[in-house]
Amino acid sequence: MLLNIFNTIPIQYYIMVSAVLFSIGVMGVLFRRNAIIIFMSIELMLNAVNLLLVAFSSYHNDASGQVFVFFVMAVAAAEVAVGLAILVTIFRNVHSVDIDELKNLKW
Amino acid sequence: MVNLLLIILLPLLGFFVNALVGKKLPKSVSGGFASLMIFIPFVISTSYFVGFVNGSQQKLDIDIYNWIAFGDFKITFGLLLDQLSATWLMVVTGIGFLIHLYSISYMHDDEKFHNFFSYLNLFIFFMLLLVLGNNFLITFIGWEGVGLCSYLLIGFWFKNQDYNNAAKKAFVMNRVGDLGFLLGIFFILYYLKTLNFTQLQAVNLELLPHGLIVAITMLLFVGAIGKSAQIPLYTWLPDAMAGPTPVSALIHAATMVTAGIYMLVRANFLFIHAPETMMIVAAIGAATAIFAATVGVLQNDIKKVLAYSTVSQLGLMFLALGVGAFTSGVFHVVTHAFFKACLFLGSGSVIHALHGEQDIRNMGGLKKWMPITFWTFLISSLAISGIFPFSGFFSKDEILASAFEHNKVLWVVASLASLLTAFYMFRLVFLTFTGNFRGIEEQKHHLHESPALITIPLIILAVLAAVGGAMGLPEFLGFHHWLKGFLSPVLATNPHAEAHGLSHSTELMLMGGAFAGAVASIAYAYIKYVKGGALPANDGEESGVGKLVYNKYYIDEIYNALFVKPSLLLSDFGHSVIDNKVVDGIVNFTGKASLIIGSQVRKIQSGYIGFYLLAMVLSMVAIFVYSFMITG
Repeated sequence: MLLNIFNTIPIQYYIMVSAVLFSIGVMGVLFRRNAIIIFMSIELMLNAVNLLLVAFSSYHNDASGQVFVFFVMAVAAAEVAVGLAILVTIFRNVHSVDIDELKNLKW
Repeated sequence: MVNLLLIILLPLLGFFVNALVGKKLPKSVSGGFASLMIFIPFVISTSYFVGFVNGSQQKLDIDIYNWIAFGDFKITFGLLLDQLSATWLMVVTGIGFLIHLYSISYMHDDEKFHNFFSYLNLFIFFMLLLVLGNNFLITFIGWEGVGLCSYLLIGFWFKNQDYNNAAKKAFVMNRVGDLGFLLGIFFILYYLKTLNFTQLQAVNLELLPHGLIVAITMLLFVGAIGKSAQIPLYTWLPDAMAGPTPVSALIHAATMVTAGIYMLVRANFLFIHAPETMMIVAAIGAATAIFAATVGVLQNDIKKVLAYSTVSQLGLMFLALGVGAFTSGVFHVVTHAFFKACLFLGSGSVIHALHGEQDIRNMGGLKKWMPITFWTFLISSLAISGIFPFSGFFSKDEILASAFEHNKVLWVVASLASLLTAFYMFRLVFLTFTGNFRGIEEQKHHLHESPALITIPLIILAVLAAVGGAMGLPEFLGFHHWLKGFLSPVLATNPHAEAHGLSHSTELMLMGGAFAGAVASIAYAYIKYVKGGALPANDGEESGVGKLVYNKYYIDEIYNALFVKPSLLLSDFGHSVIDNKVVDGIVNFTGKASLIIGSQVRKIQSGYIGFYLLAMVLSMVAIFVYSFMITG
């Protein structure tokens, strides 16, 4: 029954929600200073894309889009693990996760 | 065939042994081994030569291996042994061996003793390759190789910058001639399709355009001009006297400088089809003969006199070739090798005794202390002056007779040259060996006859210089001209030859005239320098023509101004403008430009992560916008 509800929602709505989510993610990346928040925003962008993929998969009755989403989630999980590990190390050294403080990576 | 290979390989072995381990060997072993490596080839050459003389030896033309081969074109590495190369073999190995012996004593105190012998052996190797090659390319290898050895040996005492310059001069001037030789070889290869002497002889030259043959022979002759020191490329030879005296004797008198004559005789089948070239050969030969002889009259360095005399005699040989008397040219090469080698070695003996003194104004009266050197020097001087019955008389007379038959002007010039030869040679003899010693007391105290290793080669060469004429006794006196018959298989018959010969009385008159002239010249030298006790003027005291001649007609200075200075200027321009400004400018600009661009661009890498992220997003947006605009 629940699936039917999803099917009744037109594809344009999915696209709009996804675009809004993606834009929120971009804004978060651009305007927040805290590295962890930036990280979360990136996840938001990834999920916006996932949502779009699933929606189109359902719309086209083609399962390959959903397979893609599984891969994206797996890779995102791995990326989060590595990224958080780096952040923890940075915090231990600098005692901050503010990206304005982290500007030693230059010539 | 193995024997023939041994002839050229043994000197090469000697070179490697002396070059690689010579330093560790005692001097007597080093020098003795080098001499042995020439003596064995000499023995083999003698057996071949004797074989040719009694007719048991056939012409050998061996291809050892295919050197360059593609399609139906091939150049082989091959050797050719015939009467002509056998004659040269005898001269090169025979005189080479004597000079090796001489050098053991002469160079004994030199620190680079083994180097000297390795160079000498290398020279002999290349000279034998030149002589034995069965095609133009092998001959050319030898030709370049002897040039290299000549360079190494002229500059043997390279700590003296003048000697280095002399070596460079010889090398560069030879290159000029070599270019002509090389072009000639290219022409032959392109138009006649082969470089092999035997095959070339079979080509019917009448089918080729006449101009082509003239061009080929002229180019070959340019090569000979360089190597054999003819006008205008002769100035390197007098300077080449910077080398040790045995080198002057071996390379710059007896063997290498006659390579040009060898090559012309080898290619006689081409030259006889090009009378125009022959005329030029004769003219240049005669001009060189008289020109160098006049310079020789006023030189005061004992070796310089001999050097100009060599140039002059080489001119006579070319004159002989030019008038088609190939046999006479070869005859004079052989006799000249005997007496000129003896003269140079004699002068070396004198220089040795005087501890390096070369100026004849500081010599005199040496006869008393150095009788063997004196007598051998005198015999050779008589030979070169053309006094009966020494060897030079017969060979020179033949050339003069051929010139007379061909062209009276050439004959007059050549006769004058030989009169001058007699004069300056005896000026040299009288100033060096008679009168009172003019050197310092210190030298006088140490005066001595040279050791046996020096005098024995002198004696052998003097004997050869005295009796060498027996190879070519004049036919018109009823003798059998042995050398003429011996060389006849090598020489092609000349289609342009004039049939008439000289009558016996004319030949006899020419002979008597030349003899009387030589005697008169010697008598004049005797009156002037022995009776009159005249001495050459000090440097800078000559005037008028004397000054001109003393300074060798300022030819060196003219060449300097015409060729050396402009090329130096050009090199300087190339260095300071082309290289320093243009080439370096481009290279430095590339470096500087990347530095400048980099110093600006690096500001983008600020370290602000937020900026990076913004740049990334904006770039992506820009790419999307752009691609949507393009694809619509």
